[in-house]
Amino acid sequence: MSQQSPLRLADDEQLLTGWGRTAPSLAKVVQVRTVEEVQKCIEESGPRGILARGLGRSYGDAAQSGGASVIDLEQMSSISLDANTGTVTVGAGVSLHELLLATVPAGFFVPVTPGTRMVTIGGAIAADVHGKNHHVEGSFGSHMQEIKLVDGLGALRELKPDDPQSQEQFWATVGGMGLTGVMTEATFKMIPISSSLISVDTERCTDLDAVMARMIESDSQYRYSVAWIDSVSASGRGVITSGDHATADQLPADKRATALAYSPKPLAKAPGFIPSGLLNKFTVRAFNEAWFRKAPKREQGALQPISEFFHPLDFVQDWNRVYGPAGFVQYQFVVPDKAGEVIGAALRKLQSVGAPSFLTVLKRFGAANPAPLSFPQAGWTLAADVPAGIPGLAAALDELDELVANSGGRLYLAKDSRQSPEMFARTYPLLTKWQRTRDQMDPKGIFKSDLARRLSL
Amino acid sequence: MNDALGDPQSVLVLGGTSEIALATVRALPRSRLRRVVLAGRPSPARDAAIAALTGAGIQGVSAIDFEAKNTTEHAVLINQVFDAGDIDIVLLAFGVLGSQDEGEANPDLAVEVATTNYTGAVSVGLRVAARLKSQGHGSLVVFSSVAGDRARRSNFIYGSTKAGLDAFAQGLGDALHGSGANVLVVRPGMVRTKMTTGMPEAPMTTDPEVVAKIVVAGLRKGKNTVYAPGPLRFVMTALKTLPRPVFRRLPQ
Repeated sequence: MSQQSPLRLADDEQLLTGWGRTAPSLAKVVQVRTVEEVQKCIEESGPRGILARGLGRSYGDAAQSGGASVIDLEQMSSISLDANTGTVTVGAGVSLHELLLATVPAGFFVPVTPGTRMVTIGGAIAADVHGKNHHVEGSFGSHMQEIKLVDGLGALRELKPDDPQSQEQFWATVGGMGLTGVMTEATFKMIPISSSLISVDTERCTDLDAVMARMIESDSQYRYSVAWIDSVSASGRGVITSGDHATADQLPADKRATALAYSPKPLAKAPGFIPSGLLNKFTVRAFNEAWFRKAPKREQGALQPISEFFHPLDFVQDWNRVYGPAGFVQYQFVVPDKAGEVIGAALRKLQSVGAPSFLTVLKRFGAANPAPLSFPQAGWTLAADVPAGIPGLAAALDELDELVANSGGRLYLAKDSRQSPEMFARTYPLLTKWQRTRDQMDPKGIFKSDLARRLSL
Repeated sequence: MNDALGDPQSVLVLGGTSEIALATVRALPRSRLRRVVLAGRPSPARDAAIAALTGAGIQGVSAIDFEAKNTTEHAVLINQVFDAGDIDIVLLAFGVLGSQDEGEANPDLAVEVATTNYTGAVSVGLRVAARLKSQGHGSLVVFSSVAGDRARRSNFIYGSTKAGLDAFAQGLGDALHGSGANVLVVRPGMVRTKMTTGMPEAPMTTDPEVVAKIVVAGLRKGKNTVYAPGPLRFVMTALKTLPRPVFRRLPQ
């Protein structure tokens, strides 16, 4: 019998990267439809283990695992909404996009949404994603009532935050980056809404201090609040947008009958060929200037569709490709309120290496939840995109890490693609507690990702 | 695994006392580097290499016994290194120059050069490639030579082993295309090392540090082939097109 070459690519093997398109690795991609199929994957897992992957929106290496079987749960797509209580039970492979299409017309909105709706429920729990309402309503995981998960021994577990038997496993799974098991289903309460529009207040501020002062003054008055910062201007000027769901009676009379209509525009596509270096100091400066100018100096009660207010990242499909072949990193950190000066220092540091960023976002977080690896904690968070090919970037970001860690802050695993294991362990003091729970849920070490290997999780 | 900015965590050097390979390790970004395995014969030179890298501030430098000619031992060795953790970069850097005259007089010596430079590299190269492919990422850097671009009267024994190695490495790179693993073929000209001490310097002779820089830049850009120094590419392209009678008459 002839032997198969170990160098040959199999049909089900694929190169996977995160949204930043850096550091690809090869994995076998397996579609699953049922809990039994997930259990079979776990039973048959090879030496490189397995990992669940959603829509690949984490920026770094969280949803890839070289040599492993990567499980795609897209077909675990059930949605069942109880319209009386607003409680929904959804398959882990359902995206927020699909969920909103199903629930907004019935008068319900997701409790938390990140800047893209192209994330799965499983991914949103694994990264414990946050949105513009974190300062009042916390992160995604905090809203979960039950998570169903297949653990490393193939057992289906039901995890609940208020059940003494499973709460530790529940919180290890929230923010656990898919390393405690394969989630198959989640149950949570939706927000009742009477229209699909958001009532938005906008305010332009001429420098960073003004942006931060205004956010401290005003964000408690709003359910949703975030600021965009002009990262190339020396002043750190910005635009604060805040709002809440508009009630049907806030709509013009002729729109009230269709207040819950929801039809997000189909996504535009990025052009096929994009040269490297398209985004540079000049193009980003021009973009930021235009973005600042387009915002009204001050405006109240403007009505915006859900997608425009919440999902600016979804207007162009594959927008991550505009950074060219080298890809990009997103640097997102949080520091406590008392270390607000780190925000300005970080912006200046990024400017000093000539790292142009256009969607630079500043927000204040509310209190942390009990999940050991959850990112948000009370304080300021800043997120900036940076092309990966910039000379001196690695050293500059290492210096920023030091500043963030010294201030009691940390980085967001869903965005991270380059921090050191020491930085991570130092800034997530509950890591060993999490590892104990993970080892108990996955005693054989089956769940592995490139991120887990890189950071020695 | 390499991080998003291309910084590696682990390196395996096959031919652990190669000056060019050690210069390459020193030239790599080291903020994430925590495991360097020097595979080579136990020797004072290997101990000195560990001490020098450690002294240069590189963490986790260790050695493992490796003999290129003993191909039957390669499987166990490569598995041992990879079982202990992923390897991001493998430098295949062993090789001997031998003496052309002695090899012509005693073909057994020529066979020894061929066994080390070519047979040993085929044995270890295939095993490394299989492990890189199964971990789903990683780079194999193969140190070839411009001597393999065209055989010369004065060193065709060595040149032919590098020609074979070079062709092998190119094919291996094509086999791994799309697998997350890749092969970088490095073709240095004459480099000032122990191997060339006492030899008259050819034009464009360079230093290990220069080759190292070119290798690191090539890895970062995901190149398949680099010459060191870079302009040698054009010189060699020209030399390869010369008719045999003309080439033969060039100063050797």
